[in-house]
Amino acid sequence: MGLMDFFRKKNSGDVAKDRLKLLLISDRANCSPEIMEMIKNDIIKVISKYMEIDAEGLDIQITQTESDGRNGNVPALFANIPIKDLKQTNQDK
Amino acid sequence: MSEVIVITSGKGGVGKTTTTANVGTGLAKLDKKVVLIDTDIGLRNLDVVMGLENRIVYNLVDVVEGNCRIKQALIKDKRYPNLYLLPSAQTRDKTAVTPEQMKKLTDELREEFDYILLDCPAGIEQGFKNAVAGADRALVVTTPEVSAIRDADRIIGLLEANELKRTDLIVNRIRMDMVKRGDMMSIDDVVDILAVNLIGAVPDDEQIVISTNQGEPLVGSDALAGKAYMNICKRIMGEDVPLLDLSANNGFFAKLSSIFKKN
Repeated sequence: MGLMDFFRKKNSGDVAKDRLKLLLISDRANCSPEIMEMIKNDIIKVISKYMEIDAEGLDIQITQTESDGRNGNVPALFANIPIKDLKQTNQDK
Repeated sequence: MSEVIVITSGKGGVGKTTTTANVGTGLAKLDKKVVLIDTDIGLRNLDVVMGLENRIVYNLVDVVEGNCRIKQALIKDKRYPNLYLLPSAQTRDKTAVTPEQMKKLTDELREEFDYILLDCPAGIEQGFKNAVAGADRALVVTTPEVSAIRDADRIIGLLEANELKRTDLIVNRIRMDMVKRGDMMSIDDVVDILAVNLIGAVPDDEQIVISTNQGEPLVGSDALAGKAYMNICKRIMGEDVPLLDLSANNGFFAKLSSIFKKN
């Protein structure tokens, strides 16, 4: 297992490149942490209407993704929202 | 036709002053008339890197405030008669000069010189604004590190906003042995991220430290960094020079590690 981990470990140069790519997207977009926090809170409000989610574990960030068109990479809002319980709020209705 | 070039980076300590000294000396070696201006008021450094610290009488602030004529403040280099330095003031701060005054100064120097190089202070405040004010083009210096590249990206954005005609990138202190190991971003990686024209890459060379110790820029010497700087000078002048193979001259440790790798 240890040996496999060793081979799977990412080069630090690649780690740096990936970190920078994300960093520069938010730098260039001029999207402040405050605005990100507001977006996050709004997302929590909306999703919470329909299901119980883990607000603590929610993670949003601006990343790059390949577009369907031919414009190459475009910025995208990525949100990871852990769901605690899908049914509960549905059953209540 | 003369050109005003600002050497900038955002982050401190990536090699702006060393680059200014070497590119300036290199252009002088190529028979151009060159003046280097240290715009880092309060933290004067270019004079020591050039080895001219003992000759300073007047400085940039004296010229701008009219205490002396430009010619009186210009220090002639000891090696090249067509190379001059306008040193910065050590006892003043960035607010002693305005962007308008810098523009007026560089415009006056245009009549006399082929290349006017401005060594920009770190940061994006007044000192940066002063240095950029009169510039036609910029050399952005960065190292293959996350912090330096982030700052370089910010600087490139600000240069675009200042409508400079041209911005070129110098990747400084690259270590090919680390790049091969995957522990340093490659030149291509950096260019890819910053999306700006690469004008040259300079290896992390201990000869640079030695040349700074001695106050003699190493441009044009046999050291790999010396060759790299010379190529940058030629590219600035519009020559099409292929990129130097920076891994050609592996140091002792690189050779040693390659022996171990074989085993």
